[in-house]
Amino acid sequence: MHTQVLIIGAGVTGLGLARDLALRGISCIVVEQGDVNSGASGRNHGLLHSGSRYVSSDTEVAAECLEEADLLKKLAPQCVEETGGLFVAVEGDDESFIADFPHLCEKARIPAEALDIDDAREMEPCLSDRIIAAYAAPDATVDPFKLALQNFHQAHQNGTKLLRHHKVVGFKQSKGRLKSAHLVNTETGGAVFVEADQFVSAAGAWCGEIARMAGADMDMVYSKGSLAVTHSRLSERVINRLRKPADGDILVPGGTVSIFGTTSLRMDVPSDVRPTVREVDYLVSEGAAMIPEMETVRYIRAYAGIRPLIKSGDDGGDRSVSRGFILVDHADDGLDNFLTISGGKLTTYRLMAERTADRVCERLGVCRPCRTREEPLPTDPAWEWTEPGLAPREWIKHPDHEDPLLCECEMIPASVFDSVIGSIRAQGGTPNLKAVGLRTRMGKGACQGSFCGARVTGHLCDRGDLNSRDAQTELKRFLQERWKGERPILWGGQLIQSELKEAIYCGLLGLET
Amino acid sequence: MPDAPEPITSDLVIVGAGIAGLSAALFAAERGIDATLVGETGEILFASGLMDLLAVHPLEDGRTWEDPWAAIDALRRDIPAHPYARVETADIRAAFDALLGFLADQGLPYRRRTDRNVDVLTTMGGVKRTYCVPETAWGGVRAMEEKASCLLVDFDQLRGFSARQIASALEPRWPGIRTARIPFPGSTRGQYAEQLALALEAPGNREALAADVRACLGTARSVGLPAVLGLYRTEMISRDLRDRIGVPLFEIPILPPSVAGLRLRDAFHRGLTEKGIRLFPHHRVAAVRYEQTDKFVLDIAAPDGEHRLHGSALMLASGRFLGGGLRADRNGIRETLLDLRVHHPGERADWHRQDFLDPRGHPVNAAGLEIDDRFRPLNDGGEPAHERLFAAGSILAHQNWIRSKCGVGLAVASAWGAVKAYGPPTEGYASLSFEKYIDKN
Ligand SMILES: Cc1cc2nc3c(=O)[nH]c(=O)nc-3n(C[C@H](O)[C@H](O)[C@H](O)COP(=O)(O)OP(=O)(O)OC[C@H]3O[C@@H](n4cnc5c(N)ncnc54)[C@H](O)[C@@H]3O)c2cc1C
Ligand SMILES: Cc1cc2nc3c(=O)[nH]c(=O)nc-3n(C[C@H](O)[C@H](O)[C@H](O)COP(=O)(O)OP(=O)(O)OC[C@H]3O[C@@H](n4cnc5c(N)ncnc54)[C@H](O)[C@@H]3O)c2cc1C
Repeated sequence: MHTQVLIIGAGVTGLGLARDLALRGISCIVVEQGDVNSGASGRNHGLLHSGSRYVSSDTEVAAECLEEADLLKKLAPQCVEETGGLFVAVEGDDESFIADFPHLCEKARIPAEALDIDDAREMEPCLSDRIIAAYAAPDATVDPFKLALQNFHQAHQNGTKLLRHHKVVGFKQSKGRLKSAHLVNTETGGAVFVEADQFVSAAGAWCGEIARMAGADMDMVYSKGSLAVTHSRLSERVINRLRKPADGDILVPGGTVSIFGTTSLRMDVPSDVRPTVREVDYLVSEGAAMIPEMETVRYIRAYAGIRPLIKSGDDGGDRSVSRGFILVDHADDGLDNFLTISGGKLTTYRLMAERTADRVCERLGVCRPCRTREEPLPTDPAWEWTEPGLAPREWIKHPDHEDPLLCECEMIPASVFDSVIGSIRAQGGTPNLKAVGLRTRMGKGACQGSFCGARVTGHLCDRGDLNSRDAQTELKRFLQERWKGERPILWGGQLIQSELKEAIYCGLLGLET
Repeated sequence: MPDAPEPITSDLVIVGAGIAGLSAALFAAERGIDATLVGETGEILFASGLMDLLAVHPLEDGRTWEDPWAAIDALRRDIPAHPYARVETADIRAAFDALLGFLADQGLPYRRRTDRNVDVLTTMGGVKRTYCVPETAWGGVRAMEEKASCLLVDFDQLRGFSARQIASALEPRWPGIRTARIPFPGSTRGQYAEQLALALEAPGNREALAADVRACLGTARSVGLPAVLGLYRTEMISRDLRDRIGVPLFEIPILPPSVAGLRLRDAFHRGLTEKGIRLFPHHRVAAVRYEQTDKFVLDIAAPDGEHRLHGSALMLASGRFLGGGLRADRNGIRETLLDLRVHHPGERADWHRQDFLDPRGHPVNAAGLEIDDRFRPLNDGGEPAHERLFAAGSILAHQNWIRSKCGVGLAVASAWGAVKAYGPPTEGYASLSFEKYIDKN
């Protein structure tokens, strides 16, 4: 296999880059060890930063966020909910930080408007009565799955290929250049070699590993962040704690739920990250200071991601490592056709892709300008189903009783699964349970797969997309994956749910044997 | 304050209308005990209709047993605090005989091999080991044993049931298995088993179904269908379909919500009322307290007004988290009605394993009420919390019914044990119930 550019990693950065290059007429192959958004892109907070969070710590990142968030609101409105955001301080928070905040925002040209405390509590009744300061800022939320899938959709239409379940395990080099990447198919174990003119590692937290495979050096810091998802949406807006960025200080609405986070824990390796009971307990008590009902609401799951932070000299803790991105040209390591793009934010993915694509084009001697700054991200209906609330809205508009709801929590009928399966196939993918789950809201609702897991598996078998033996394996995998998120929040209502789920899958179906 | 409602007095009040509570009410009735049953029936709706006795022990080894009684003996030796260790085998046998006799009388016959577990097909195309199955599912047990030519039928709209999925898992071992999808007869447009089952109560729909099945029957010697063969007259409906199709049919247990639980509920309600049990179904007990030393007072909140029950003895059969007998918050687990002491595995971080499917099961599932030999919950001092307070069913500690496959068995056995501990039968009752249901093996 040969391509002009090989991109490693199908997170938002890799897929954003694929789109950018495709729009400049350059053909790429994206290789991904898992599926789209397997890394931080699928495990983040979904906050489209206005930049205000970084005004005190990192003015450059603040400025990037401000500009990119504005662009995304304009060019990819289908992925964004313009919720607006609040910054609130509670009794005991640092007074001088509160006092400086409006000035810092002004300096960064971020519109932050001082609010009367009562007004703030009227806008967001969930807020504690112990709030002492409040500002409004233009924060918003973004659906990272839709963003990634729509980016790839346009890239694919322009000839880009995606190899899912292919892990890069090494490179062949000659004369100071990478010749080909050695891939292993993680499902079958088969080996594949892809030759390319240029190689870009957009492997997020795994960039250090990839660089080492090529004999280059990159020092990464792995910082794990966990988040907890509530059963219902607690606020209309994003609510940030008005203090120096710390743990447990942002509540982000996501359709019908709210997501609270995060923690930051140093990890040795970037794999097998799970949220823990301790982290969730910490989040709940920290969140309750701003939003008291966080003590009593029902949580449906938690999840954790790894932040790809690039190590800098002084060590002031992970919160002080820059959230800016870096583009590393490995020419300095003696490799002429290898770039790494890492760090940064979901919010700034487009800019990261643009800078990287500029450099790739320069290398290839292609002289076409970036188009993603002006051109809207097209909407393909096949990749809209990750949006919370879309399926129920459609169902209520056109209920069809011949079309059974396979997932009741999120109201997804069989026909939606059929169309998603068709679209996965059209892109050359295999529509297994995990792939379908990733492209819909299946398993994300209160039942966490208790019913939809078995039903969608049955549906896939029925259509002939899965055989029975694989069906068992996939269902088990799906359940184990959901479990990682459920385990730390199992008390109250969700413990009841998990007991029912275990009664079905173990008591009745005996899947544990 | 409105006037307190006039109390209803009985000797024994049973809380919880799952299998444990319903069985306890049955056993009480057969012993001539003046009993009242109050409980919501929500959870029974999830039941599969299968009755497990014991199939897996010890969990660590995942050993499955053919002989459930031998398994129980082994379990009693290894886990002396298990509720099965507090009922004699003869009593468990008597309990099953009584229950199955009763259900048969109510038109819901079950089948078993008295001393052997049986294997039933699952919707995943696997097998589940259990003890008793509804008569209407027995053909599936036999068909699987004989691997005779068999047709599996499914319907478009029934979610989570794919004949093709089941058959393709079995084909390698059971070459004579085939599938057919047919439109569900009549104008039924529903996705729920209950709607389909109700539709088959009408003979016209049965004939239409039979005609479609006959058309694809081929050489099949039996036909398997999802368990939707009627709601109230299952026996008759399955016989009627058999006559119309010409070969025996069998039901395959489906995913919840199924109709198996509705059938059980219906049979129990009818039969218990006939036997003179006072029933408050669909009612929730809001509060319980002891008054003086000889009386439990229960406040019941219901749409039709409030009730108050007095009982000189109380039996909790209120289930676990799903049933509502236990409740967990971030820091601990409580019993919901009397705040009884709950045995549990310490901190929340230790409640569950890292893997959902860990064969050892989750420690939290062994949480529950610890009891003495007379099924009385213990207080902090290890003494019975009350002389005349009993507990039965899945609320009991030191068992893991989900993984051991002993859900119904445990509920029935402990209900029997608790009723027996309550006191001797009223004169004239004992001989009757024992003779009628004595185990013939
Ligand atoms: C807890 C948390 C919360 C966050 N919240 C926000 C937020 O609210 N707003 C915001 O703007 N940003 C947020 N971020 C940051 C944002 O998620 C990341 O900056 C962004 O997703 C990085 O995307 P990426 O594509 O560069 O990396 P990733 O998404 O990590 O993608 C890397 C991909 O490379 C693949 N890969 C790795 N190794 C190999 C290999 N050997 N072969 C093949 N493929 C490989 C991985 O499987 C992965 O899919 C958050 C991050 C975390 C961890
Ligand atoms: C999905 C599923 C599949 C199953 N499959 C099988 C199987 O294949 N084989 C098998 O043997 N068993 C199976 N079971 C288990 C079996 O159905 C019973 O759940 C189990 O035996 C426990 O019964 P129980 O009566 O102790 O508790 P539950 O069934 O939980 O009943 C407790 C009842 O008490 C009521 N209650 C609680 N608090 C109050 C209150 N304050 N006031 C009034 N009422 C109250 C609840 O509403 C509930 O109905 C399954 C269970 C489930 C959920």
